[in-house]
Amino acid sequence: MTRKQKRFAVILGGLAFLGAATGLTFYALGQKASYFYMPADLASADVQPGQRIRLGGLVEDGTIVRGADASVSFAVTDHESSVKVSYKGVLPDLFREGQGVITEGSFGADGMFIADSVLAKHDERYMPKEVAEGLKEKGVWVESEGD
Amino acid sequence: MIEIGHFALVLAFALALVQATVPLVGTRIGDERMMASAGTVAVACFALTALSFAVLASAYALSDFSVANVWENSHSLKPMLYKITGTWGNHEGSMLLWVLILTFFGSLVAVFGGNLPASLKANVLAVQGMIGAVFLLFVLITSNPFVRLDPAPIEGRDLNPVLQDIGLAVHPPLLYLGYVGFSVCFSFAVAALIDGRIDAAWARWVRPWTLVAWVFLTGGIAMGSYWAYYELGWGGFWFWDPVENASFMPWLSGTALLHSAIVMEKRSALKIWTLLLSILTFSLSLLGTFLVRSGVLTSVHAFASDPSRGVFILCILVLFIGGSLALFALRASALTPGGLFQPISREGALVLNNLFLTTATATILVGTLYPLVVEAFSQDKISVGAPFFNLTFAPLMVPLLILVPFGPLLAWKRGDALAAAQRLMAAFALALLAVLITYLFIDGASVLAALGAGLGFWLIFGALTDLAVKSGAGSASLATMAKRFAGLPRSMFGTALAHLGLGLTVLGIVGTLGFGAEKILAMRPGETVEIADHTLRFDGIYPVRGPNYTESRGRFYLLDAAGNPKAEISSAKRLFPVRQTTTTEAGIRTMGFSQLYISLGDETTDGGTVVRIWWKPLVTLIWGGALVMMLGGAMSLADRRLRVGAPGRRRKPAEAATAGAT
Repeated sequence: MTRKQKRFAVILGGLAFLGAATGLTFYALGQKASYFYMPADLASADVQPGQRIRLGGLVEDGTIVRGADASVSFAVTDHESSVKVSYKGVLPDLFREGQGVITEGSFGADGMFIADSVLAKHDERYMPKEVAEGLKEKGVWVESEGD
Repeated sequence: MIEIGHFALVLAFALALVQATVPLVGTRIGDERMMASAGTVAVACFALTALSFAVLASAYALSDFSVANVWENSHSLKPMLYKITGTWGNHEGSMLLWVLILTFFGSLVAVFGGNLPASLKANVLAVQGMIGAVFLLFVLITSNPFVRLDPAPIEGRDLNPVLQDIGLAVHPPLLYLGYVGFSVCFSFAVAALIDGRIDAAWARWVRPWTLVAWVFLTGGIAMGSYWAYYELGWGGFWFWDPVENASFMPWLSGTALLHSAIVMEKRSALKIWTLLLSILTFSLSLLGTFLVRSGVLTSVHAFASDPSRGVFILCILVLFIGGSLALFALRASALTPGGLFQPISREGALVLNNLFLTTATATILVGTLYPLVVEAFSQDKISVGAPFFNLTFAPLMVPLLILVPFGPLLAWKRGDALAAAQRLMAAFALALLAVLITYLFIDGASVLAALGAGLGFWLIFGALTDLAVKSGAGSASLATMAKRFAGLPRSMFGTALAHLGLGLTVLGIVGTLGFGAEKILAMRPGETVEIADHTLRFDGIYPVRGPNYTESRGRFYLLDAAGNPKAEISSAKRLFPVRQTTTTEAGIRTMGFSQLYISLGDETTDGGTVVRIWWKPLVTLIWGGALVMMLGGAMSLADRRLRVGAPGRRRKPAEAATAGAT
């Protein structure tokens, strides 16, 4: 190969590599990004069973049911509608009735949301950002806990 | 008292303005005294910022609640260590620490830059002064920690309990030393662009500064990872959280910079690329500061958010990244490009390393910013988490890791891939053996996990091969080898150690993810559970009082074969009454390189307690490997040729002889 051909091959190889990386990135974004919903959004959204989403809202009062083993079920509400969630594992320290949570997982065939992670507020001052914004939009929650 | 700190900070800002302008004018008009003023001003600027920081820290130590910042983030009952570390456990204090470290690096350049050409030194310090001025202004305008309260409250509101940990003493300072350390590389790059030339001094100076920043950033990230691991009680060591990514991106591009700087130093090639990488790495540090400090992300790191801060940092971001890249676009073509080389050569290998590392940085950047972009243009709120990063980052890293051992064995200019492969035969055989042993003798080992373990060993043996080959293995006698080994330049040990550390980290990750075990169950006192050949007995929950918290401590006993307790592990939940916050104190027992990890959950209706137990094989190697990498970096920094101010010239011929022999 001449010098020119060699250089061309190197540049071509580099571009192919970058192209592959870009393709993979966008494929992964399409496949793996998970959308955030509040319970009332689900009526209009097309969420398939098994599709990974994040579901946020407040833990509805009186819905926390602890099973005999480490499993627990509760309902997440935005005061318009609510969704039943089941979870097995250690709940975050600030998981309480009436508190904002974000759960991540997917719907089972029976309409129950099966969460594999549950996030609550970091401390008493903050609420998960998406939940706070979602509730504000719906006019359910006003910023009072802030200070 | 506190006003002294405020005043000192205003003075530091004024000095930073002087530092940003006077030397620059000096280089234009050729005034040597104006150029030389940069050093003195930089040191004074650091001294004033340090005074300001010390004043704030003492207000924390004395629990002076008349200072709003102290009142919001401290409490008189807090242990002294957390009172002091609480200084930077909040937005204002942490930005002050940021600026303190920035001015510290400026003064380092001033003190150790004696052998720099005068105009380069003046320009570097001027750019450093510009960054300092803007960030000092940011602290003074939007994040002033010196605001008084009148009347002074009697008691403070306490520090977020998650931050009341030794980790806060170590993680942020280390991380900032890394983040901000790259500002020196940035200043050197912009100074070169202002001057319109890259001289030999530039090339020699960029690598040690990159090394310093890289060593600290490695430590900061590793420490942050270990802190999250034991404090959050989730048992994970990396969550692909945007805030983690914010620190990981400068690390990746800093690693690329470290490698391209070698090419520039040794072969004076890749000059323009190295310059661009210097700019990009610090830009990513700034981006990280923006992501973490502006409150666009929710995380433990986002303290109270205030939109004006976000806009301010965004302006800083546009100013420095945009400005430096524009300067680059204008001036880069005027710079003389470096030498050419063959694709198969040490330079070629390092270019490949850069290609992989920068692409990986770009993927993480896309994944981190994508949710923000989507949210800005639509109502959709999405999150890009571990599944995305695992799918994109891993395929980029695996080939890079496979290629790592080849790099150091290739010669400069024109390498021989076949010869390198032959030299690596032994390492390859050992790695293959590790794969087979793992697959055949460890229960439940998947092919993938076994191959992963092999990859870790490949890196480790590859690094050792490099040292053996350079000591003359195969051709020289054992005595000669030992002699040559002792005489190898420290930078060679540095390379080998850093690559070996990388292998250890890979091994730790593979061990934890591939061979770990996890159990979630409800346990009642007296019950036992088996996990990965270990038997644990739950003894019950006991109340314990701490200085500013109460604790429900679950006591577990690790049982030996006969059923007798051989070790106690306690895992607790702590309630901090001031903030009505609980934290999880995971119970961790280290056995060899592995750990048993117990996290306590809520009580169940029938008198049990939810317990989550992990067996994490080799998990400590993840951070141990990072320590070895840091050691490698420090070793490289201690190399005579890099040592700042060392009489390098006279020793050069002797070293060139050793290097030539390899």
